Amino acid sequence: MAKITFITQTGTQITAEASSGNIMELAKENNVEGIDGDCGGVCSCATCHVHVAPEHFDKVGKASEIEEDMLELDDNANEYSRLGCQIEISEDLNGIVLQVAN
Amino acid sequence: MKKSELPDPFSDARKTKGCGQMHDQGDDVTMVLGLKDVRKCAHNWKTFQSGAKPGRIVVPNEEYIRETRQIPFEVDPPAHGDYRALVEPWFKRPLEVAYQEKLQQLVGQSIDEALSAGELEVVSDFALKLQSRALTVLLNIPLEESETWIKWGTHVFRSEDSPVDGDKAKILYDYIDAQIDQALASPGEDLYSVLLSSEVNGQKLTREEVKGVMILTFAGGRDTVINAVTNTIAYFAEHPQSLDRLRQEPELITRSVEELIRYFSPLTHMGRVVTEDTQVCEHAQKVDSRISLVWASANRDERIFEKPNEVVLDRKVNPHVAFGFSHHNCLGATHARTLLKILIKTLSERIGKMEITDHQDNIEEWGEFKRKVGFDSLKVKFEETKG
Ligand code: HEM
Ligand code: FES
Repeated sequence: MAKITFITQTGTQITAEASSGNIMELAKENNVEGIDGDCGGVCSCATCHVHVAPEHFDKVGKASEIEEDMLELDDNANEYSRLGCQIEISEDLNGIVLQVAN
Repeated sequence: MKKSELPDPFSDARKTKGCGQMHDQGDDVTMVLGLKDVRKCAHNWKTFQSGAKPGRIVVPNEEYIRETRQIPFEVDPPAHGDYRALVEPWFKRPLEVAYQEKLQQLVGQSIDEALSAGELEVVSDFALKLQSRALTVLLNIPLEESETWIKWGTHVFRSEDSPVDGDKAKILYDYIDAQIDQALASPGEDLYSVLLSSEVNGQKLTREEVKGVMILTFAGGRDTVINAVTNTIAYFAEHPQSLDRLRQEPELITRSVEELIRYFSPLTHMGRVVTEDTQVCEHAQKVDSRISLVWASANRDERIFEKPNEVVLDRKVNPHVAFGFSHHNCLGATHARTLLKILIKTLSERIGKMEITDHQDNIEEWGEFKRKVGFDSLKVKFEETKG
């Protein structure tokens, strides 16, 4: 199990647990505001954008080139940006904090 | 070649030049073909605007047959964002269970009709009907209203002999005027009434603005959905094993919808007006000229998509732009995706066999490019699942 914390734009903090699936799915199951997942997780809509807490970024890792291209044109992107649907959940992510970008 | 196959006519031009050219009523268009270029131009609204003279960003140009500005489509940021925030919650209603149950019922009805007819012409007798009925759910109005739209036929916004036909467009504009009058006289819970009573920045929406939203809702969601539904039927008629797979693995339906939409790209392209001298695909592009963002070409970009010309139903990473990109991305996408998911699920559960018995391709001509976007007519035999 990995415990993952989301902080929304309005400051609400939600901690959820999972051992599989991806971050977008977990956020949707827990009604995290600002994560819509319109495209169902195929990296086409960018409605699952999160900023990884800088100290946890190594655990999550860098975006792929295709994901990078999507983020490059997102006005809210920064160096810690990732698309939630492209982050697979595993034990290694236990304890990470994600700021919802929208 | 399979009948459901949609070849990519842009491939050579995309690889060699990155752009294509077409003439349109004396107002030429540079067609942007690569995925990255399309995205960049869509994002850069300051240089490539949507808020030009109403009708001009549409290809073929509609500025001579339309004065009403379509909203939020022909508005740039920041005003675009205000309108968009206003209508967005309404267009997200397809995520609600009650909405999905209504769509499920309409899809069920259309499949019942297909099975009891045994054979029918899918464009007019299945796709147009389903699209029209489903639109009543989006507008939150009685189902009977769809009968009027079905009577208009598939091409109320286009005529057979000329790409833009003012008389045909007038049918829709007059109809919407009458509906607005009705909503003013007796407000209800429908989209017209909701818009008429809403405000942007403390100002009530004007009648003209409400009309602009409604025209767009009708126009944007008609041919696109009809093509998507028809092409879906054609695809599964020729790939029964894919339908079997989705019956066994319904969790793949979400991805398959994205992949089919990528492959079909029901809206081929959309224009923008250039606001300053600039460059597009390394060529000079003059102020006040037009470009178009060719979603259909970008979605076959071999630099991004493996096997771009194949339908890979479980494609996992699929950064397509069939619903556009950036600010103006499709407002009706939630409705369209939900409808297609329900349609595919129901087909997989209830249809044993579909056979194409006759077909007429719908081929668009854009300058040097001829693109099959779907069918003018498609006759299909339907058989129920056995046991
Ligand atoms: C499979 C079906 C559909 C496809 C492929 C599609 C495609 C698109 C595309 C590519 C755009 C972007 C246009 C641009 O950037 O200039 C767009 C915008 C739009 N579409 Fe769709 N569309 C579909 C269904 C619908 C439906 C059902 C509706 C509503 C009934 C709708 C309403 C709109 C609106 C209002 C916009 C403008 C959004 C804005 O400017 O902010 N579309 N659509
Ligand atoms: S859910 Fe669409 S890009 Fe992540």
